[in-house]
Amino acid sequence: MAERTVIPFGPQHPVLPEPIHIDLVVEDEHVVEAIPSFGFIHRGLEKLVEKKDFNEFTYVAERVCGICSYIHGMGYCQAVETVMNIELPPRAKYLRTFWAELSRAHSHLLWAGLLADSFGFENLFMQCWQIRETILDVVEETTGGRVIFGAAKIGGVRRDVDADTLKRCAAKLADAARSFEELKRVFRDDYSVKKRLCGVGMLSRDDAWRLGAVGPTLRGSGVATDTRLEGYAAYGDLKIQPIVETACDSYARCMVRLHEITQSFELIQEIVARTPDGPVFEKPKGYPNGEYFARLEQPRGEVIYYVKGNGTKNLSRFRVRTPTFANIPPLLHMLQGCELADVGLLVLTIDPCISCAER
Amino acid sequence: MIPTQVTHDIEPGELLARVAAYKRGDWRLVQICATTLDVFEMNYSFTRGAEFEHVRVRIPLENPSVPSITGEYFGAFAYENEMHDLFGIQFPGLKLDYCGNFFKTSVKKPFATSMCVIQAGAPKGGEARG
Repeated sequence: MAERTVIPFGPQHPVLPEPIHIDLVVEDEHVVEAIPSFGFIHRGLEKLVEKKDFNEFTYVAERVCGICSYIHGMGYCQAVETVMNIELPPRAKYLRTFWAELSRAHSHLLWAGLLADSFGFENLFMQCWQIRETILDVVEETTGGRVIFGAAKIGGVRRDVDADTLKRCAAKLADAARSFEELKRVFRDDYSVKKRLCGVGMLSRDDAWRLGAVGPTLRGSGVATDTRLEGYAAYGDLKIQPIVETACDSYARCMVRLHEITQSFELIQEIVARTPDGPVFEKPKGYPNGEYFARLEQPRGEVIYYVKGNGTKNLSRFRVRTPTFANIPPLLHMLQGCELADVGLLVLTIDPCISCAER
Repeated sequence: MIPTQVTHDIEPGELLARVAAYKRGDWRLVQICATTLDVFEMNYSFTRGAEFEHVRVRIPLENPSVPSITGEYFGAFAYENEMHDLFGIQFPGLKLDYCGNFFKTSVKKPFATSMCVIQAGAPKGGEARG
């Protein structure tokens, strides 16, 4: 029997923009156990809700993460609005959905670039991020921010976007979508991409379900689920079909994300065409008193926001269960039995966001 | 439209049977969280299609303990280890116990007490001091 060795993976590693530590117990080149530990960037943001006014906390919620920041702010607002029985104006719902889909597309493109970079495909990495730049330009034009949008607030959105700007942005994004379809062909057909991803990191449908996987990690294992089908924001008016792949490997998870970028580009065109006129803000009255679990679909998967109000300006509890946290048990399962050289790639295939997971 | 959510308040002793029933019904565990009030209020959330339900148990702040549900939902080990490290809650029967090394925070049990509880004059739980 081979001797067992413990190899530390992280907190600093070329494939990790954020710190996580995993102790890899290996026999020869095979991983037999993976033991994670968090806490390097634990900021206790959930705890801040006890000291911050519930309106101000929107800023904190949005800073849970720098990639999917907007949907964190939107999810928090949605949970508080439900507790306070605030009905959003339709235009505000559409604008929120517009930014949520931009957020999804740029997050997936960021991930696709990082994935290409992880297996040395530098050109593909740069092409992905070039298209992402167009999306960030649109975000900047419509919100004023590129990382933190600062667009959601309790009762609606912080700023309106005029019809001409929306149409101009839609045209830019249509060009970006065409460029992306060219790029998607490389991911779909290139020998080196397939060689690196196909058959690697298998996660069966049953294991994904049993271990609580969410998002592309779950849909890449053949489970058709997408929280947008619940119809929050303007999604109830849009046609959403969950993107599902059944190969259960890293390539399947990759293709789910790439198809979701295409879907986001299409949804954005539909949103721009259907955004109604009207106000974008409904002033909240009083303080939140009650509780609610809001479910939204982040780029990385289903996210849960729990708020519990006590009738004062401070909430008793804000809890966010992030998709990365839910995908940790499936990741540890995938790592067991894999080759040591595949660890970095497998960690990337759940699209980890450690800031989200630690909060 | 706001999806309906149902919350079932149960005693800690009923938890495992209730969770087993969800497992048999093919419900997916989507989250577990604790809230520090004058007790620890724990919410277990399950979903099946558009259905979304919660099971709630309350346990005292002193020596908090609730049975682990990792026998039914193995993936719950992440939530239970997190709550152990942040709230100091014990989970007898936890199938994958990282023994306090899952969330290595500089303050031990940072969520075991709450400003809302301190302001209300209720006893503190755990070792944290706000």
